[in-house]
Amino acid sequence: MNINDYINSGILELYVAGQLSETESKEVYDLMLKHPELLKEVLEIEAAIVKLTASVAPKKDIQFNTIKGRLDNSPTDGKVISLNRPKTKWINYSGWAAAVVLAGGLIWTINQKSELENQIQTVSTEKDFLEIQMETSKSDLAETKNLLNIIRDKSIINIPLEGQAAAPGAYATVYWDKKEDTVYLDLKGLPEPPEGKVYQVWSLTLNPLTPTNLGTIDDFIQDDNKIFKLENANQSQAFGITLEPAGGSESPTLEQLYTLGALASL
Amino acid sequence: MDLDNLVIQFKNKDVKAFEKLYNMYRDSMHGVIYNIVRDHAIAEEVMQDVFVKAWHKSDSYDVKKGRFFTWLINIARNAAIDKTRSKSFKNEGKNLNSDYFVDIIQSQDSLDDSTDAIGIKKFVDKLAKKCIEVIELLYFKGFTQKEASEELNMPIGTIKTRNRNCIKELREAVL
Repeated sequence: MNINDYINSGILELYVAGQLSETESKEVYDLMLKHPELLKEVLEIEAAIVKLTASVAPKKDIQFNTIKGRLDNSPTDGKVISLNRPKTKWINYSGWAAAVVLAGGLIWTINQKSELENQIQTVSTEKDFLEIQMETSKSDLAETKNLLNIIRDKSIINIPLEGQAAAPGAYATVYWDKKEDTVYLDLKGLPEPPEGKVYQVWSLTLNPLTPTNLGTIDDFIQDDNKIFKLENANQSQAFGITLEPAGGSESPTLEQLYTLGALASL
Repeated sequence: MDLDNLVIQFKNKDVKAFEKLYNMYRDSMHGVIYNIVRDHAIAEEVMQDVFVKAWHKSDSYDVKKGRFFTWLINIARNAAIDKTRSKSFKNEGKNLNSDYFVDIIQSQDSLDDSTDAIGIKKFVDKLAKKCIEVIELLYFKGFTQKEASEELNMPIGTIKTRNRNCIKELREAVL
């Protein structure tokens, strides 16, 4: 179909005038969706007619507010004519009674349903919670077993660290797995570090005294069993723990040396 | 132009959208109605009724069946014609002359000097009588093509092409 011929036929002017049959109008509508130039043509025809008809209107600004109040109510044009003829009363009454009973039953059923749904929800939440607890217990157990194995392993060197001047009551233990270049630190005997401070672990060689940083214990407070794992590939002769500002220090602050211990073989 | 969206929102009973449509078409409907009833107070009342009615029967508008404007102007014409047939209208002794809409435009003393008004006045002044008649019947009065062809004693095909040419001139004058 040639769109220009279609436009020039004058059918769109009739479309806007409302002169087409339902089928023809539907056709124009479908064509407009496919050909934007048709829609544009229709909009222009419409705009021209709107302007022309508007120019006939008496010049009076009738605000939307004057009809706004009539929009909420049900249609006001035309009276509602009751079609009800007086019927036998018992039919009315029994009808209403049946409706009330049905409505009551329905409400009761809905209530029951929502109550049951709530119960299911509660039970399912409890189940989730228990599963989480079980999972936590399992992983705790596995971790503990693992630690026990490490401590029992005869190739692991056990070094007790004694409390020093800064914290005479403190103590700690280092379990050094030389094969794996790893140390496990049991820090249960250290007090919680004050805000802004962390424990820093040092590997020491004694002659001359040379400290090597093994790392800081950043999650001391959060950790439950106070067992920490660090890398240690040094030929350590002793281990020390100092309290340092968060982030750790280049070299140990000796006044804040909490615990210290040397290898038994030395 | 999101006219389509406005109409969709209107069908969803969105008062804000309806207010916009009201402001777009208020004068147009007022003009169509006034051209039929030729009475200021009645035209105002009918115009307001038409919009209230459109609001309450928004469900009956189907975009596939025609333009929103077309739907609205139909309600307006019918409401105005109903009014002229009502008892109260006849009792007031209104006599409807057969003047065309152009007479109203030409006699508008308060016609402002906006570009629209000037354009329309020019258009109306130079408009051939046949154009005036066709537009009057098809748009203002809602005659069918067949009724218009009988009224004007003109073949249906001629009505169609003549209408096209007349609207073309109108568009040149006002758009």
